[in-house]
Amino acid sequence: MSPTSGAPSQLTQGSGTKGGIGESTLRPDGILKVTGEFAYASDMWHEDMLWGQILRSTVAHAEIVSIDTGEALATPGVYAVMTYDDLPTEVRTYGLEIQDTPVLAHGKVRHHGEPVAIVAADHPETARRAAAKIRVEYRELPVVTDEESATGPGAVLVHEGRDDHHSGHVPHPNIVHRQPIVRGDVTEARKRADVVVRGEYRFGMQDQAFLGPESGLAVPEEDGGVHLYIATQWLHSDLRQIAPVLGLPEDKVRMTLSGVGGAFGGREDLSMQIHACLLALRTGKPVKIVYNRFESFFGHVHRHPARLVYEHGATKDGKLTHLTCRIVLDGGAYASASPAVVGNASSLAVGPYVVDDVDIEAVALYTNNPPCGAMRGFGAVQACFAYEAQMDKLADRLGMDPVRLRQLNAMEQGAVMPTGQIVDSPAPVAELLRRVAAMPMPPERQWESSEGVDVRQLPGGLSNTTHGEGVVRGVGYAVGIKNVGFSEGFDDYSTARVRMEVVAGEAVATVHTAMAEVGQGGVTVHAQIARTELGVTRVTINPADTQVGSAGSTSASRQTYVTGGAVKNSCELVRERVLEIGRRRFGSYHPAWADAELLLEGGKVVTDGGEVLCDLVDLLADDVVEVEAEWRHRPTQPFDLRTGQGDGHVQYSFAAHRAVVEVDTELGLVKVVELACAQDVGKALNPLSVIGQIQGGTTQGLGIAVMEEIIVDPRTAKVRNPSFTDYLIPTILDTPTIPVDVLELADDHAPYGLRGIGEAPTLSSTPAVLAAIRAATGLELNRAPVRPEHLTGTA
Amino acid sequence: MDFLRPASWEEALAAKAEHPTAVPIAGGTDVMVEINFDHCRPEYLLDLTRIGDLYEWEVGDESVRLGASVPYTRIMERLRGELPGLALASHTVASPQIRNRGGVGGNLGTASPAGDAHPALLAAGAEVEAESVRGTRRIPIDDFYTGVKRNALAPDELIRAVHVTKADGPQQYAKVGTRNAMVIAVCAFGLALHPRTRSVRTGVGSAAPTPVRARTAEEFLAAALDEGGFWENGKVITPSVVKQFADLCAGACNPIDDVRGTASYRRHAVGVLARRTLTWTWESYRGSRRLSEGAA
Amino acid sequence: MRVNFTVNGRPQEADDVWEGESLLYVLRERLGLPGSKNACEQGECGSCTVRLDGVPVCSCLVAAGQAEGRDVVTVEGLADHARRRACGTAPGTSLDAARAWQPRGTGQDADAELAPVQQAFIDAGAVQCGFCTPGLLVAADELLEHRPNPTDADIREALSGNLCRCTGYEKIMDAVRLAAARQGEGA
Repeated sequence: MSPTSGAPSQLTQGSGTKGGIGESTLRPDGILKVTGEFAYASDMWHEDMLWGQILRSTVAHAEIVSIDTGEALATPGVYAVMTYDDLPTEVRTYGLEIQDTPVLAHGKVRHHGEPVAIVAADHPETARRAAAKIRVEYRELPVVTDEESATGPGAVLVHEGRDDHHSGHVPHPNIVHRQPIVRGDVTEARKRADVVVRGEYRFGMQDQAFLGPESGLAVPEEDGGVHLYIATQWLHSDLRQIAPVLGLPEDKVRMTLSGVGGAFGGREDLSMQIHACLLALRTGKPVKIVYNRFESFFGHVHRHPARLVYEHGATKDGKLTHLTCRIVLDGGAYASASPAVVGNASSLAVGPYVVDDVDIEAVALYTNNPPCGAMRGFGAVQACFAYEAQMDKLADRLGMDPVRLRQLNAMEQGAVMPTGQIVDSPAPVAELLRRVAAMPMPPERQWESSEGVDVRQLPGGLSNTTHGEGVVRGVGYAVGIKNVGFSEGFDDYSTARVRMEVVAGEAVATVHTAMAEVGQGGVTVHAQIARTELGVTRVTINPADTQVGSAGSTSASRQTYVTGGAVKNSCELVRERVLEIGRRRFGSYHPAWADAELLLEGGKVVTDGGEVLCDLVDLLADDVVEVEAEWRHRPTQPFDLRTGQGDGHVQYSFAAHRAVVEVDTELGLVKVVELACAQDVGKALNPLSVIGQIQGGTTQGLGIAVMEEIIVDPRTAKVRNPSFTDYLIPTILDTPTIPVDVLELADDHAPYGLRGIGEAPTLSSTPAVLAAIRAATGLELNRAPVRPEHLTGTA
Repeated sequence: MDFLRPASWEEALAAKAEHPTAVPIAGGTDVMVEINFDHCRPEYLLDLTRIGDLYEWEVGDESVRLGASVPYTRIMERLRGELPGLALASHTVASPQIRNRGGVGGNLGTASPAGDAHPALLAAGAEVEAESVRGTRRIPIDDFYTGVKRNALAPDELIRAVHVTKADGPQQYAKVGTRNAMVIAVCAFGLALHPRTRSVRTGVGSAAPTPVRARTAEEFLAAALDEGGFWENGKVITPSVVKQFADLCAGACNPIDDVRGTASYRRHAVGVLARRTLTWTWESYRGSRRLSEGAA
Repeated sequence: MRVNFTVNGRPQEADDVWEGESLLYVLRERLGLPGSKNACEQGECGSCTVRLDGVPVCSCLVAAGQAEGRDVVTVEGLADHARRRACGTAPGTSLDAARAWQPRGTGQDADAELAPVQQAFIDAGAVQCGFCTPGLLVAADELLEHRPNPTDADIREALSGNLCRCTGYEKIMDAVRLAAARQGEGA
């Protein structure tokens, strides 16, 4: 086999003596990325490779009467056409938690865009033309699109004969999972309330819209196995789902992480992985699949749209008395991460507030809408939008300042969650609010100068819709709480292999994990940790693959905590062995070798008093010290299925936002002027990356506030805007300055005291923007995104 | 698929005559998306980017003869004085990259109701220079749009240029999108004051099956300005007149509900844009009057 | 069909090109230049931005046949392009320069010569997943070529055709400001 071009190379960094944790070291993949040489999954190339193409359903819910592949197979240049009947084993479904997703549709399609057949051909156009020649006859079925049609009388079942581990406890087969959380006595508490506010809120279906489309290259190997170069969030989870379908043992499916062009949850589920492998094994040739943007909208799950009904009560001085809520998440046709999203939405439904008496219920539905699963914020986003709208409503009713009301009810370390879990690390909710509120306000009318009006700074931007007419400013606040790591008893571990040796006269560390670098900067942080722990300057980060143990998913804000923790742990084990070697070799020369506290710094072994004992180069000589070890955070517990009680979460993460917006109140167009954020990060391992994460997360929250929504036709369950022409994400002209105030209050349970940071800023950004728009317009606004129609009474 | 690369206009006309189904391609903004997403597979692609003449413009006494492929960037930068409405419209087209390559010919050829140039052309007054091996004709812009994504071109015709009437008064253009850049119009509005003829012209985009003029509104406003002696006295237009003009513009819409916006919103927004653009152009007219009077 | 054009100063030829292929596809899949990215292929994201006869365009919207005889600069040639600009060399590649051209290695070369805007993107933290980066670099470099001291609003307008999903654009603003400042210092 000729070499595969685009296979990831090692990243080596470090020529200075610094670069440990806490510094803003630069990305080791930065040069490759700015020169265009970084190999993303869609850049992979192999001699003689074929192109894979997927034929997808054109209807949302239908029986497949027949599939005729004859003409497609006869097309010159076509090497294979496969349908369900061609699958090699009896394992023909997959799924993150519930294996309900067919590799290729079997007898039925359950959502618009479901894979029905796959083609391999010598050119993408040949493959497309062949796919178009596959004739599929559908007999359409009624569509399940909302709670009414899912659980009402005579509802059509999306999945008949369910036997998954949630099917026993759900009230209806079209409910994937239900989680109540009950604490205290709401009926009694309601009597103490002087004020009660209720609201029904709707949250749209958001797309991750990562820029690098789903892609990969499957290369058949001589031993009958396959090597998949893939952009994913979790190699080992993919492997666990792929291998059984192929009928191969896991060691014959080699997986290497290719460059990942963003993820945000959208790569937690499989997309084209199995299809590429099937075609490669069938044809004996490497097969590349690259989705285009249209297909990408069908190729991954989205953020659950939600309907949320809340009731908050408070005494007249603003203390929350009770809270009830019901959160209905639309999981779409397949389960994906829906059960875990339900767990998050319910357990975080109160927000970062203390309320003793709560009655909460969250459910996820099976419908014929597009499948929904993981996206940054994961269930906590929808809840935060609703409870923060409620807090503003309550403040308004009480005549209180909305920041003060929040601070009055803010949780602190030691608070008890509605699940009964005690928050045992800092929870500076009131302080974060104080900080965002204290930031200087952006000047008024920035769009006006002596030279006239700059429309680029006004609502409507370049479209020249206002020169100041109708423009009203509004300010809004929000704060949120997000869990970090996988919850509810999941064995959430990571693995790191760390090696230390002398290369070219210098002690060098090599870090090998299966962590998916999706842009977050994990590779930067791993090198920093190795420098801090091992006192080296040169650190090589090996490509992520399945030749090392699982790192878990790059999601749930967990990688710096968990794989960072694993790297730290393995480094510590390496250090112990290195020091053992040192004691063996040099112990007799200096009494300090007997001390417990020896450090590796600047390429040397030093005492905690700073005395140099020896150079690592001399110590190691020809020895290679290598450790691969798993590392786990504190275990969590499942939530009780009736009461929701349980220590379900690992760690909590908090962020607060202040949004300043200018609304063209006549046209309903919004310009976000500034979106300030304060977040507690525990310990910023790389401050530059931390700020980048916060600004990026904030902007995704802005997107769902004012523009982003996958629109599904309620009559047909078909997606109406699967393109970047009609699914809009913020441009640089929509995105304001985002000043960030980073607080570092250590969590003693976490490595270096760090706190997972990626998701919290996506939570509070959306409700802050909505609050600001409400302030500018005086409208109630119970849905996100808010569209011009909603601001102008023309919906 | 065949790729035809005529080196001259004559060759292009001959190719189009021989292959009337050939799809002309210049900036590629519409055609390439259709091909990339497998929405169409034309038998022939007729590349017009080798024909230098299409990238040139000529400023005449009455009008600008604008080559079909003159990029929007050029129009924004170089024709702001002669064609202010079209220059403003050009600035709202997609992204800088697309403005660097796309031209008015593409907008006219596709004839989408959402094309950004149409309202500006309707308001300014223009003629499309269409040519085939049979000869040349000039199609008044008012007769050019014949249906949703349909125009008055014959199958063997190509757009060579558009003759846009030079501004004799202030012009404005505004477009509503749900994003502050790079957005397809939810609706758009172009307005041109023509002090020389004491007339007003409008163009409405994305609010009817084709780009349209709000003729009743134009006639109403022209009459009201005349009656009130506004052209001469340069006074602020009576608010009730502005309002009625805006209402009539909204009334000229025949929009649909789609993923980009509701019909009701489109009608409402066109009214707001009509009011605002009238205010801006009229203020500008009054300003220029004061200047010329001051100079006199 | 066959297409001949110049990429980053070197004549290139692509054979058996399907007439519906885009310039982007030819660069990525036929010429081994995958730096220009395929994020949307509908002119909505700017990740495929290249200079076509000096002008930034979306290469996904250029039919391969339209590139015939043209001059293309991609992110892979940006450093070279910036260096020639800094040396005041006329546009185009001299015969000597073309002969001296060498492909850059794929290793992490600490001394890799970067265009100022490339270095600024790294230094400012403007790169996360990096998929939007090549297109942004080509667009930003062209902005600074024509407008050495852009205002923030100018930067935003010039980059409004380039979507980024990771950074929230703040660090990208920082990077362009940094590149402009360094350019101003003659660094």
